[in-house]
Amino acid sequence: MEFWLTQAFNGISYGAMLFLLGSGLSLVFGVMRIVNLAHGSYFLLGGYVGLTTVSRTKSFPLALLSGALSVALIGLGMERLFLRRLSRQSLPQVLMTMGFALVFQDLGLLVWGGDPYTLAVPAFLAQSVQAGPVFVQFYRLFIIAVAFAVGIVLWVFLERTRAGASIRATVDDAEMAQGVGINVPLVSAGVFALGAFLAALGGVVGAGFIGVYPGLDFEVLPYAFVVVIVGGLGSLPGVVVGSLLVGLLDNFGKALFPELSYFTLFAPMALILALKPTGLFGKR
Amino acid sequence: MRSVRAVAVLSAATLGLGVGLGVRGQAAKGPINLGLIVPETGPLAANGKDMVNALQLFLEQQQNKLAGRPVNLIIEDDAGVPATGLTKARSLIDGNRIHVLVGPLSAAVGYAIAPFVTEKKFPTLFPIVSSEDITQRKRSQYIVRTGWTSAQPSHPFGKYAHDTLRYKRIAMIGYDFSFGWEVAAGFQRTFEDAGGQIVQKLWSPLGTADYGPYLAQLRRDVDAIYAIFSGADALRFAKQYADAGLKGKLPLIGGGTFTDEHVLRTMGDESLGIVTSLHYSAALDTPANKKFVQAYQAKFGQLPSYYSEGTYVSCLALSAALESTGGDVEDREKLIAALRKVDLSNAPRGPIRIDQYGNPVENEYIRKVEKVNGRLQNTVIHTFPMVSQFWTYKPEDFLKNPVYGRDFPPCKNCGK
Repeated sequence: MEFWLTQAFNGISYGAMLFLLGSGLSLVFGVMRIVNLAHGSYFLLGGYVGLTTVSRTKSFPLALLSGALSVALIGLGMERLFLRRLSRQSLPQVLMTMGFALVFQDLGLLVWGGDPYTLAVPAFLAQSVQAGPVFVQFYRLFIIAVAFAVGIVLWVFLERTRAGASIRATVDDAEMAQGVGINVPLVSAGVFALGAFLAALGGVVGAGFIGVYPGLDFEVLPYAFVVVIVGGLGSLPGVVVGSLLVGLLDNFGKALFPELSYFTLFAPMALILALKPTGLFGKR
Repeated sequence: MRSVRAVAVLSAATLGLGVGLGVRGQAAKGPINLGLIVPETGPLAANGKDMVNALQLFLEQQQNKLAGRPVNLIIEDDAGVPATGLTKARSLIDGNRIHVLVGPLSAAVGYAIAPFVTEKKFPTLFPIVSSEDITQRKRSQYIVRTGWTSAQPSHPFGKYAHDTLRYKRIAMIGYDFSFGWEVAAGFQRTFEDAGGQIVQKLWSPLGTADYGPYLAQLRRDVDAIYAIFSGADALRFAKQYADAGLKGKLPLIGGGTFTDEHVLRTMGDESLGIVTSLHYSAALDTPANKKFVQAYQAKFGQLPSYYSEGTYVSCLALSAALESTGGDVEDREKLIAALRKVDLSNAPRGPIRIDQYGNPVENEYIRKVEKVNGRLQNTVIHTFPMVSQFWTYKPEDFLKNPVYGRDFPPCKNCGK
């Protein structure tokens, strides 16, 4: 019992971090059909900026904010100045985001050096308590709480606001949306920045848990894609279910069959895609 | 004033001539081209930087001269990728650009380069790569190691953990590739020889983000946990071990890279008390090491790691070999023979000599992470002097066994 509870808790908290990472990727794909290979780099850069902020100001909330906002600006710049020129050309776009990923990788190395770091989290989050048979780490709870809050805000934003309606309309049919007067380029730029914001937020949160170091970008990227592909591209509920599923599968897979840890993660994904090629919640 | 300077130049010239004659007509020879292959990009870049730093420090200390000849350093980036490393080695050696090769860092790159330098009969120094077979079953006459074999520090530590730390049952966790297997296997062998039991061996992939599932599986009915990681994985494992409430309940010990200075720099108090073994510690209290650490710290503002020290020692070895051949790098056979005879009394890590298989015999240190003057360090708590890669086993018998791996030695007490 203790084993199952502990592993479920671990899996959910890991899934929560994957949600922060995957939600942005899914949004960007849904609206713009861009497969953004630089998404892992946003996670990495967010972590690095957060790290610098904490070491300068000792403020963790400020780190979350500065990391997410600065990377959102980078994302905005990338979309406005580069990707826009390649609108609806998926191969050149993929190549360009790959190029950016490599540039960001070397930039991170240049600015922050190659040493691995973990972010110093506030003391009250670094605690843990024994709750019955389960050992509860506050920081894992915190990750779950952040993901939950972000999920709610995103849902309200997408479902209950005019801007959200524009985004949904663009996801469903960009040309039609343009036709009824929605400013699709503006929506695209906003969504791209939002995607970068979410990934970077995940990066700062993740820095207190898995650390920041060169190579992190390409380590998390496959996980982001698995989450989004399993859940269905462009669907928020899909990301929620996908990230929880991947987090739990990864955890139980490693705990129960440590020798087969990749198999237990990717085999269910292959199965889901075989039965439902659009992912669990995907529309097309 | 001018005349004084002229005299100084003249006498320096005569002196140079005298030295030149002393080492048998060096005058006609140009610079020594020294090739270094390290990762300067990619996940291992920080460790590669430590290696480059050490080499540059050494050359600066020698006024850029070895055995009277100027040194021309050529650095190539392998990004930690075997194919890239091999391409760079080909370019350096086939292009006749270098006289001697130092590097690489990654074991995979090392295995990619080894057959090539052997085929070319090219003098090569391995400062870091610790894969057992490079100086054992697949040894090459042209490769001299100045670092270590993975299990070299583990052998004495296994005995120490049983005899001195009085542990009887240990669970292990480590990297699921040859480096992790080899380090763990050496420990397991001597620990069980001494009467201890390894009751669990868990393997996690390189770059595991969340150790939660592994930590939950680690057995609690043991006297200690043995871990073998490095870099970001070491940082994460130590932190998550403490976060999971295991620190203080179950002592943590491990392979030397787990708390080496390359990661100790950014570790926090969660690493306090971890006991590991390695052939080096920046906190080693000897005049030679203090001098090295001081110079390194002054130049780069951080403590040297074992990557730094390993590269520095390969320079010391090269320098000693060149002194004995009179700076002759053109004769490769002569140079490699001299490298294989290297016997240093005063390396930062202590005395080393090269055994007949091309691996150093050197001290192994049991170190404990402590905080001194607000900074974490690997305090040496015990020294095993002049340990061979074969420990106390007969080399012939040792080499009859398969190389250490995931399943060798077999885990006969696992599950007990």
